[in-house]
Amino acid sequence: MNFNLSVGLSTYLLVGAMLFCLGLYGVFVKKNIVAVLMSIELMLNAVNLNFVAFNRFLAVSSVVGQVAALFVIVLAAAEVAVGLALVIAIYRTRHTTNTDEFNWLKW
Amino acid sequence: MFTEMHSLYEWAWVIPALPFLSFLLIAFVTKRSKGLSAAVSILAILCAFGLAIAIAVGVIGSGSEIVKHPVITSINWLDISGLKLNFGTVVDPLSTMMLFVVGLVASMVQIYSVGYMHGDRGWSRYFAYQSLFAMSMLGLVIATNLLELFIFWELVGLCSYLLIGFWYHKVSAREAAKKAFMTTRVGDFGLLLGILFLYGKYGTLDFVHLAALMNGTAQGFALAGGVGYITLTAFLLFVGPIGKSGQFPLHVWLPDAMEGPTPVSALIHAATMVVAGVFLVARIYFIFQHAAPGALEFVAGLGAFTAIFAATIAIAQDDIKRILAYSTLSQLGYMMFALGVGSLTASMFHLMTHAFFKALMFLGAGSVIHALHEKQNIWDMGGLWKKMPITGTTFAIGVLAISGIPPFAGFWSKDEILSAALQNGHPIIYAVGLFTAFLTAFYMGRLFFVAFMGPEKKENHPHESPYWMTVPLIVLAFFSTVGGLVALPYHNFAYYVRNYVSVNGVVSLEAFAHEGMAWGLAGISVLFGLAGLVLAYMTYVTETIKAEAVAARFPGVYKLLKNKYYIDEIYLWLIHNIMDGVGKVLYWFDIHIIDGVINGLALVTRGGAGGLRRVHTGQLQTYALVFFLAVVVVFLAYTMGTGQVSALNPLAMLGGVK
Amino acid sequence: MPATAVQGALAQSPLLLFILLAPVAAALIIVFLPKEETKMIKIVAAMGTFVALALSLYLFFAYNRVAGGAQFTLTIPWTKDLGVNLAFGVDGISLPMLLLTNLIGFSAVYSSWNVDKRVKEFFVLLLILITGVMGTFVARDLFIFFLFYEIVVIPIYIMVIIWGSTKRVTKEYAGMKLTIYLLIGSAFLLVGLIMLYLRAGSQGHPTFMFDQLAQRQYLYGPNFQKLVFGLLLFGFGTLISMFPFHSWSPDGYAGAPTAVSMIHAGVLKKIGGYGLIRLGLMVLPIGAKFWAPLIAVLAVSGVLYAAFIALAQKDLKYVIGYSSVSHMGYVMLAIAAMNTTSINGAVAMMFAHGVMSALFFSMIGFIYEKSHTRNIADLGGLAHQMPRLATGFLLAGMASLGLPSTINFISEFTIFMGTIKVFPVLAVLGIAGIIFTAVYTLRVIANVLFGPRRPEWDHLKDLHGPELVPLVVFVLVIFAAGVIPNLVFGLVNSGVISTGLAKVFETLGQVQIGGLF
Repeated sequence: MNFNLSVGLSTYLLVGAMLFCLGLYGVFVKKNIVAVLMSIELMLNAVNLNFVAFNRFLAVSSVVGQVAALFVIVLAAAEVAVGLALVIAIYRTRHTTNTDEFNWLKW
Repeated sequence: MFTEMHSLYEWAWVIPALPFLSFLLIAFVTKRSKGLSAAVSILAILCAFGLAIAIAVGVIGSGSEIVKHPVITSINWLDISGLKLNFGTVVDPLSTMMLFVVGLVASMVQIYSVGYMHGDRGWSRYFAYQSLFAMSMLGLVIATNLLELFIFWELVGLCSYLLIGFWYHKVSAREAAKKAFMTTRVGDFGLLLGILFLYGKYGTLDFVHLAALMNGTAQGFALAGGVGYITLTAFLLFVGPIGKSGQFPLHVWLPDAMEGPTPVSALIHAATMVVAGVFLVARIYFIFQHAAPGALEFVAGLGAFTAIFAATIAIAQDDIKRILAYSTLSQLGYMMFALGVGSLTASMFHLMTHAFFKALMFLGAGSVIHALHEKQNIWDMGGLWKKMPITGTTFAIGVLAISGIPPFAGFWSKDEILSAALQNGHPIIYAVGLFTAFLTAFYMGRLFFVAFMGPEKKENHPHESPYWMTVPLIVLAFFSTVGGLVALPYHNFAYYVRNYVSVNGVVSLEAFAHEGMAWGLAGISVLFGLAGLVLAYMTYVTETIKAEAVAARFPGVYKLLKNKYYIDEIYLWLIHNIMDGVGKVLYWFDIHIIDGVINGLALVTRGGAGGLRRVHTGQLQTYALVFFLAVVVVFLAYTMGTGQVSALNPLAMLGGVK
Repeated sequence: MPATAVQGALAQSPLLLFILLAPVAAALIIVFLPKEETKMIKIVAAMGTFVALALSLYLFFAYNRVAGGAQFTLTIPWTKDLGVNLAFGVDGISLPMLLLTNLIGFSAVYSSWNVDKRVKEFFVLLLILITGVMGTFVARDLFIFFLFYEIVVIPIYIMVIIWGSTKRVTKEYAGMKLTIYLLIGSAFLLVGLIMLYLRAGSQGHPTFMFDQLAQRQYLYGPNFQKLVFGLLLFGFGTLISMFPFHSWSPDGYAGAPTAVSMIHAGVLKKIGGYGLIRLGLMVLPIGAKFWAPLIAVLAVSGVLYAAFIALAQKDLKYVIGYSSVSHMGYVMLAIAAMNTTSINGAVAMMFAHGVMSALFFSMIGFIYEKSHTRNIADLGGLAHQMPRLATGFLLAGMASLGLPSTINFISEFTIFMGTIKVFPVLAVLGIAGIIFTAVYTLRVIANVLFGPRRPEWDHLKDLHGPELVPLVVFVLVIFAAGVIPNLVFGLVNSGVISTGLAKVFETLGQVQIGGLF
């Protein structure tokens, strides 16, 4: 077995995938809406990692991946702003952050 | 003479235009002023009548010229692909005679109405309708083609509807008007079909062209598609007259039409509109001649049946106007069977004399009703002759005329019809006609003797009607007396009023046969008429024969006659149970089946949606999970089946459009 | 013919655009008026529709009947790649419809003179509705046609559920039924139209123009025509309330406010007949020939079926609703007969029925507004209190039963004339419908107008002032066009001949195509 300790593209992708799966898991099972939002952040960062890694290894001469990552960060910031605002608004009226009780859009 | 008058004939359209103008004037200008409305209306109809007389004088003066070449003036009315129709006027002896009759009766009735309708709230409306009617009727008689005739035919129907329902606050008047319109509508259905069939085959509706096409040559006959087609058309066309001229079984509306003001009954439902059917058959007589003999036989048979059928009903009626109405039906049957047995001349002659004496009698009845404050039952009257000498005398002239007593008008025309029936080989119809003549004399005698002679009733305070009403009576009585003399000495009337015939495509009138009066036959019919009058005298004046006793001996017959053979009841049953029943059933079908399907579809949609919405749990994380799984599925689809995915790709579809 | 077409394409006339914009402008002005100024709003609406009416009257008389073809055209390329043109123009078939729309639109404003609930919104929606209907008739481009048609549906829904009335069914149900029915119809229509468009554009430049679609007939095979015509038939047939897709119409009219009933029964319905002639017959004649027997059977069934049902109705609007289903049967019958005479009759009948039913609905609207009932049994003897209204009602009834001297008679006559050679038996059955039409019309007239005076209606005031406008306008049109039929028929005939319809029928007559039966 050729155990290569050098850090290559696949290593980054592996980390990215793990991060993404963690985030996904969080989104699916966390009951606290704030935790869900944080999980989403995790997923976004996994994507960022991928962007940057692809840029670094496959398109060294350009910066598109990094630009995309910056865009995602901006987007994530906006998303968190809106998301947390919503969470606060919901908490004020419903006194809960439990996603199971967020069911008034049901049917 | 002919050429000078020619330009006058081309102005015949003015005759109906004048009353129409008066209608518009009354409707839009003078309706608030009673005097003006009546003046406008009467002035218009008198001018029209004057023109009609002028044309009549011209026609008589121009002799055989006009007989050969009727003056036709027309303009295009409708011109589209596959349908070309003209509007115009025709001046020939037949239309001239009708113009004269309609003009005379209409002007007399309008003058009479000034007295009769005195103080009525709907005065201006009444004269507007009268003018409209005069316009339509005058237009009808000078129509050059079937559609033009049909249009005026419907318009007189409208006027009849409006005038029967003139006192619309009365439920009976309202229902009678409706009934009249609906019943004649059934007839119009047939007439319209006939017109369509004719146009479909010949491409024209002009009487003259049709006659030329049908008569002329073998080619024309081949075009006609044989006798069968013409016969069918003839029958269809005849349905119109059945409705309009109250032939059995569509006669039911005419007696009810007596709900209208009496002058209206005189004008529309006795003298003019109801004879439009007879006139129509006369106008298109050539079609019947070219149809299978069955067509004319049918006309004759139905006419004779209606004549005797209505006469029997008239015997058992008590309402003065209804007796006259059934008498009108009976006389219309007379005219119809005269056509059926082949004597157009006799029919038209009777049409003319009948217009005189029936209008006279209706106006007389109106005078009586007016004097007795709306009493119409003849048993409530009695001894009126002494109190109302002019009305009584003129009415007597009418009775004598309709009973066929010489020298009054009815004698000449009725005699001609009967002799034509016998001479053209219809002995049964002759016998029926003769018996009807007897019945006619009897019920007219009954009416006269009960209402005008006999003891006076204390509660009645009759007085002679004003001059507005008596003068028209006198004028009409004059024509009822001497009107028949135009038949002398050599059937002068027949000389003019003849049928279109064309020989090798040249249209002219049929050859004129100089028949002399059949004095022997005339004697027989006079005897029958006299017998009827005498019998009535014995029954109702000297009471040698007890009417009640006779009625008591045949209770069933009496009841049947009194109830008019229950025809109305049968119709009512049919309408209420069959027609309305079908309507209700179909409505049920519409609401429950057709709408049921629609609402069912909506319910299915809603049910489906109700089921599907359960999927929407409202749980944020469920949605996320589903979303994620869908992404996985799409991803797998992309990677596993590369070839097929592009076909599903919506972008690929749009690519075709660039 | 090509010469005139070229001329038409060159000569750009802004008139039709003005006609379309007049109500839009009025609607815009109304938007900026304060909502308390109800009188002002009504006047502006009346002025907007009056301008459109006056202009379309001018077009009616200025149209060159000898030259024929599309005139007063305006063509602005819109989306070149898709072949969409903002193309307007009128010919002998669409011009009567345009005039009809404006006659009814103008009168509808006056029929709504007494509206007092949300006046501003009402008139804005009404004006949009009128514009939409006009647009469908002046469009020479399928895309624009469909666009305007869809514009029409929405205001109607809103107007029914807000200003409508609840009788046998609730107004919400009526509005919903009407809208969904029409939308489903137009969904089928859309599929057919797109198929047609794709096929027409399959060789060469894509186009939506009616005349070019018709010229590319060689591209549509028989099976394609049958399929697409079937789709169109469902869409347009629903719109014209062809039996058995008619049940939205009585409920819808009964629920709708007067103005909507007038416009809907008067012109909107006619888009169905117009579309079938313009698209069905001109573009897909073989498909039309295939479906014609079925259409004829359904049409005659509709005539008799609806006439019988009208006999059993107790609500005035339902009587007229079913009567309009019945009358539309004649139009469908004429379309199925497929000859120049019958198409003349069909177009004229659409015009005639539009005027007549608008007059009827307007009169019923006034009765309802004043007496708050439409139940025939509750009414009676209204001629005593409201003679003018009675006159209008009576004349509408007479036109409905096809009295000669009204335009309705001569239209019916022309239809019968064109039909009787093609479908003799069906035509005879259809003509029998005139008897039942007379029965229900006369019954309604007798029971509503005549009879003893009823004291409970003594407080009703007769028509006066602006309320008289619909009566005067419609009666004038009914009788003027009926006494001088060439006025309308001349135009229609020029349309039927010059749009190539006559030629289509001629060639179709020579080709033997198996019908449905």
